[in-house]
Amino acid sequence: MSGNEAVARGAWEAGCRVAAAYPGTPSTEILEYAATYADLYAEWSVNEKVALEVAIGASLAGSRSMCAMKHVGLNVASDALMTQTLIGVGGGLVVVVADDVGLSSSQNEQDSRHWGRFAHLPVLEPADAQEAYEMTREAFALSEQFDTPVILRLTTRICHVKGVVVPGEREERPVLGFRKDPARMVMTPLNAGRRIPLMLQREEKLREFAEVTDLNRIEDGKDARVGFVTSGPTYLHILESFPDAPLVKLGLSHPAPLGLIRSLAEKVEHLVVVEEVEPLLEQEIRAAGIPVHGKDLLPRMGELAPHVLRPAIRAFLGEAVEPEPAPRRTLEFTVPVKVFPRPPTMCVACPHLGIYYCLSKIKNTQIAGDIGCYTLGAGHPWNALDTCIAMGASMGVALGLDKGRSPADKDKRVIAVIGDSTFLHMGMQGLLNIVYNRGNVTILLLNNSTVGMTGGQEHPGSGRDIRGMDAPQVDFRKLVESLGVKPERIHEVNPYELPTLFKALREEVKVEDTSVIITNQPCVLTDRYSHQPPYAVDAELCTGCSNCLAVGCPAIAVTRRETVIKPNGSEKELTFVAIDSAACTGCDLCPGTCGPEAIRPLAEFNRAGARV
Amino acid sequence: MSGAMNFIIAGVGGQGIVLAAKLVARAAMAAGLQVRTSETIGMAQRGGSVVSHVRVSKLPIASPLVPPGRADALLGFEPGEAVRCLSYLRPGGIIIANAHPVAPVSAALNQQSYRGEEMLARLGQCGARLVVVDGDALCAEVGSPQVLNVALIGAAAGAGALGFSVEQLEDAIRASVREKFIAMNIRALHAGANAGANAGASAGASAGASAGANVSGSTSVTTVNQLGLQVAP
Repeated sequence: MSGNEAVARGAWEAGCRVAAAYPGTPSTEILEYAATYADLYAEWSVNEKVALEVAIGASLAGSRSMCAMKHVGLNVASDALMTQTLIGVGGGLVVVVADDVGLSSSQNEQDSRHWGRFAHLPVLEPADAQEAYEMTREAFALSEQFDTPVILRLTTRICHVKGVVVPGEREERPVLGFRKDPARMVMTPLNAGRRIPLMLQREEKLREFAEVTDLNRIEDGKDARVGFVTSGPTYLHILESFPDAPLVKLGLSHPAPLGLIRSLAEKVEHLVVVEEVEPLLEQEIRAAGIPVHGKDLLPRMGELAPHVLRPAIRAFLGEAVEPEPAPRRTLEFTVPVKVFPRPPTMCVACPHLGIYYCLSKIKNTQIAGDIGCYTLGAGHPWNALDTCIAMGASMGVALGLDKGRSPADKDKRVIAVIGDSTFLHMGMQGLLNIVYNRGNVTILLLNNSTVGMTGGQEHPGSGRDIRGMDAPQVDFRKLVESLGVKPERIHEVNPYELPTLFKALREEVKVEDTSVIITNQPCVLTDRYSHQPPYAVDAELCTGCSNCLAVGCPAIAVTRRETVIKPNGSEKELTFVAIDSAACTGCDLCPGTCGPEAIRPLAEFNRAGARV
Repeated sequence: MSGAMNFIIAGVGGQGIVLAAKLVARAAMAAGLQVRTSETIGMAQRGGSVVSHVRVSKLPIASPLVPPGRADALLGFEPGEAVRCLSYLRPGGIIIANAHPVAPVSAALNQQSYRGEEMLARLGQCGARLVVVDGDALCAEVGSPQVLNVALIGAAAGAGALGFSVEQLEDAIRASVREKFIAMNIRALHAGANAGANAGASAGASAGASAGANVSGSTSVTTVNQLGLQVAP
């Protein structure tokens, strides 16, 4: 089981009845697995704040409930979290947050443990899938025992690591029912003020609990030169690197058990905190007067994996740092090896390709981008995004680019690019704001009917729910119109029809008003996409102009390059191409970029590759 | 020998690396071993580099990550990706490499060329035992491009790189793959195993030579059953 699957299993066994999330790497699979349990209500919410609010409502209704999100999702949900901490819970309420330590697929790297301190909430940190399962169950119990939401902090190395998990049985729990209690649940200033002391008392009780719970423990070791303080997956990295070192393993890492930590500190020469990302425990331990090392030895970003940890601590101890990684020394090459970088790219026939082809050809633009597959439009060959900040940010940023433009930029055409799910998540308000404030912005709403980047989840515009059942489907044209965009400024286009696309885009950027161009073709990785007969390149007709390469489709590959001297004496680079017909889905985009009409249906070619 | 084996499976998003890791893990579990796998899924679907770590052991495993220089076998589903992950391989380790390169889109755009032969030659020069497998030919033999991952796992097993028998992997396929694809995948496994065994029997030299590689240190075929895995599933 992966850590994500283990969390879903633990929640189901704990009698969790309601689970909500917005997809986000590395947390996405938690809800996908939760949805496989028929006796658990699971939903994709439009954003993380709504997901948390659904879980809060369910908790107040007396059900054990959970929401899951990636680290940046908790920023969105934090408004509700910061007040819910005053209210407490009905049924157990668990907020699962997955930090992308090492930035495998995120716009930043954050430490969500901050939220535990900020909101005075307990933070549980499992080290592997088995613990993720156990601690999820424990989190529900703690939530009810201390009348508090509980944060379960995962990292990529928990979410996507698989190990053996020994599951148990589902606990059937009575639903307590909603009990009206306005003094507790209606957070007017007066009521909230009365709850703050209770919240602080709760945190102190949790601090005492942290000293005695089995979640936190000292593990003895015979090498007392360094004792470690660890939480989350770094526990396993320490076991791997320094199996003889004593350590404090924190499952409940906030509030930290300073007494337990002090008792280890007294037994060892040096105390070292190994925590990903920020020095939170380190600062608390130091503030308690316990001498401690941490970020003076270890990096403040990225994973603290064995190959990082081992040399850093060895060097600290004054030991010879063994040649690591060893193979670089023992496996020597006669010629230094240089491997191509292989950044992620858009898929073959992706409906975004045509959009970025057009955007790359239009001059004098400032393009505000957003979070999703289409962020890749910032890369080669398109180079057609100028900003990417946060979910939905393209709307506000575009309006700001418009209103704040310098005299020199007065003719710049401000464009915003946003995906369907991102628009529903946090873009709608931004568009309303553009309309209301008379923004001169052209918005490209790339509707591919799925949450593409996280692997194709459903959303309110896709027409299906989390279990794939038919669901009410938003009509983007009507939605945009109801937000105030004039009907004549809304265009629905097929992103594979380049002439239509160019025409709509060229016209709308000239109009000094808010325009929205909505695309209408599905993501190629979903079952909504239908493959057409593939294309091939007639090598005899290809003139090497390389226009088709500007589309950026991975199915088009260079076969050879040639430098020719033009009649005027200047050199010209020619690039001849072929299409990988096994990968080509016949989307019909690249033929429109080919002057000599060398891109032909594969059916016109014989086995030897000649046109017949 | 610490009673453990570490594998790195490297390739390109879409090549089925996650399932490959799952099959090895299931075979290990069926053999009564501890197992941990780890992968970075983030952008895997977008043609980026993908690396799976698989650790199996008789004893409990700590870190889910294979430390650099500790992998017993490196399974390269793409030659350049195998080179990228060479630092994980331990001295005396084995490389199972697919001969077929997948050119990154950036190679087409940056006016550069990418040749798999060059990468295979590098693998051949590193002093590890190298088994080169024609993954495309195996897929063609089975009749589906979708079975590359299983064919390469088969090749690794056939070359003795995994410490599991082909039968143990068959059981893992039955437990992991949808009913209608089981037969096809088992055919791919055997096709791969034969290719791997043949390459292993010829001590990797001919396979390396055919790829233009100068393979050295290729005489050892002793990686089979380093754990003494006679445990019944």
